[in-house]
Amino acid sequence: MLDKSPQALTAAVAADAVRSGLSAERGVVYVYEAPVRLWHWINAAAILVLGLTGYFIGSAIPTMPGETSDNFLFGYIRFAHFSAGYVLTLGFLFRIYWAFMGNPHAKQIFYVPLWRKSYWREVWHEIRWYAFVAAEPKKYVAHNPLAQLAMFFMFTLAIAFMIVSGFALYAQGTGNDSWQYKLFGWVFSIWPNSQDVHTWHHLGLWMIVTFALIHIYTAVREDIVSRQSIVSSIISGEREFRD
Amino acid sequence: MGGAAETFYGVIRRQGITRRSFHKFCSLTATSLGLGPLAASQIANALETKPRVPVIWMHGLECTCCSESFIRSAHPLVKDVVLSMISLDYDALIMAAAGHQAEAILEEIRAKYKGEYVLAVEGNSPLNEGGMFCIDGGKPFVEKLRAMAEDSMAIIAWGTCASWGCVQAAKPNPTGATPIDKVITNKPIIKVPGCPPIAEVMTALVTFITTFGKLPELDRQGRPKMFYSQRIHDKCYRRPHFDAGQFVEGWDDESARKGYCLYKMGCKGPTTYNACSTVRWNGGVSFPIQSGHGCFGCSEDGFWDKGSFYDRLTTIRQFGIEANADQIGMAAAGAVGLAVAAHAAVTAAKRLTRKPGRVAQEQ
Repeated sequence: MLDKSPQALTAAVAADAVRSGLSAERGVVYVYEAPVRLWHWINAAAILVLGLTGYFIGSAIPTMPGETSDNFLFGYIRFAHFSAGYVLTLGFLFRIYWAFMGNPHAKQIFYVPLWRKSYWREVWHEIRWYAFVAAEPKKYVAHNPLAQLAMFFMFTLAIAFMIVSGFALYAQGTGNDSWQYKLFGWVFSIWPNSQDVHTWHHLGLWMIVTFALIHIYTAVREDIVSRQSIVSSIISGEREFRD
Repeated sequence: MGGAAETFYGVIRRQGITRRSFHKFCSLTATSLGLGPLAASQIANALETKPRVPVIWMHGLECTCCSESFIRSAHPLVKDVVLSMISLDYDALIMAAAGHQAEAILEEIRAKYKGEYVLAVEGNSPLNEGGMFCIDGGKPFVEKLRAMAEDSMAIIAWGTCASWGCVQAAKPNPTGATPIDKVITNKPIIKVPGCPPIAEVMTALVTFITTFGKLPELDRQGRPKMFYSQRIHDKCYRRPHFDAGQFVEGWDDESARKGYCLYKMGCKGPTTYNACSTVRWNGGVSFPIQSGHGCFGCSEDGFWDKGSFYDRLTTIRQFGIEANADQIGMAAAGAVGLAVAAHAAVTAAKRLTRKPGRVAQEQ
């Protein structure tokens, strides 16, 4: 996919279509399989809930009027956070499983080929494209190299960190005999004062907020500018090349 | 002082304490250790038959608040008993001997009870400049600590100084104050953090070691599980207000008068492992939150370096900034948001100004 001529792209698309066993008519490739799409939207919903409730846990809500026994708002906020945390974690575990079971594109967010020289050349081209230096983007069936870099560091690693630190903090409530503490208590060997784990977990929230901003912007922008489907692809699963 | 072969009970009776009071103490200790009713008689039996464990109590770089707390252990009996219970052979603060006479005791105990005595350390040792910031008996304290630790059975690190470093180890830590477990690495160390630790926690711990002749079960951080396995928050009597979302928002507001949760006032109860909300202080009279002030996490590592005691979010001091996670995060997200908006504007401008001919040419 180094060559950006239409012929070369068509060949690449056709080759990919052969691999995934689907037709290459009209430059359409099936990229995101149904489980990946389902996971994407469940994951997005979980992150939305986690981000909002997490913010309010860190910077608490205005005080509630009335009798204490009539209120349980902060309890519900925390409950929503923990439940969404479980959804996110189970989804993430499923997504790791699917990296092995799904098509080759399903592996893309879990690694970055930093050792490959051609990869860096392509990242550099993407940077030039986003800096308005390169006139035309290269076309990729799945994520472009720069997107892969951002996905891996700002999403995959960040979410893994949030799951580990989140369960460690959750273990504080479930107690030292809980399975959460047995599995994730080692976090407190790195930060003996759990206040630091809170701080890092909180910074992680902002990392993911920043990621979401870039993710949504570039998806919409590339959909318009790069002449290929991005936004509809995560609904239909198909990447359409419009020229 | 001295005479470590005597039993605890012998000493207690010699001091005029009645058998009735002695049993009351045993019951109270069994209860505070969370042991069953039979444990009271086991404790009594052990104290009657076992020889007293020699204890060397040393003071490094510290403020003596641990000793102050210890001698105020609530039950009247404890202040009489505990000081006689253990064979406190050396404690510079309260011993009658002084100078060379006192220092001779150290050597004597070390030789006589090799591998049998408990070394209780209050405070820590500064390591910078060869340990010259804390001179004890003409020598750097760290040398004395290393020498006495060598032949000890176990070490009790009293207070946050000995456990974590506390205020003298706060940034920038000019004296290089170092907690005990970073200096002595080949002996079992029990951390009893708190500034100071709760008196009953200290006396109960000593009773446990002398009664059972072994160390209590320790958690990941080396603290006795029986007192440090739950947070202040887990047993806080204001916890229902936390769950309801009822918070104090100013020291003189209605919520403060009603005794609501101090979470927003920077209470560190949710991150602090200690027994304050169960054992409480001054004989169970009160503890900081009950007195209307948030916990500031005195039994936690580096609690001086986490920003104001009255802020909910920790102050981060890196790269010359001083802000909390929200301020940093909002600044970062805001900057990225602006960059995205600018990038979108340039993209739109580029598309609008692009000559139609060029598109055709590219096709």
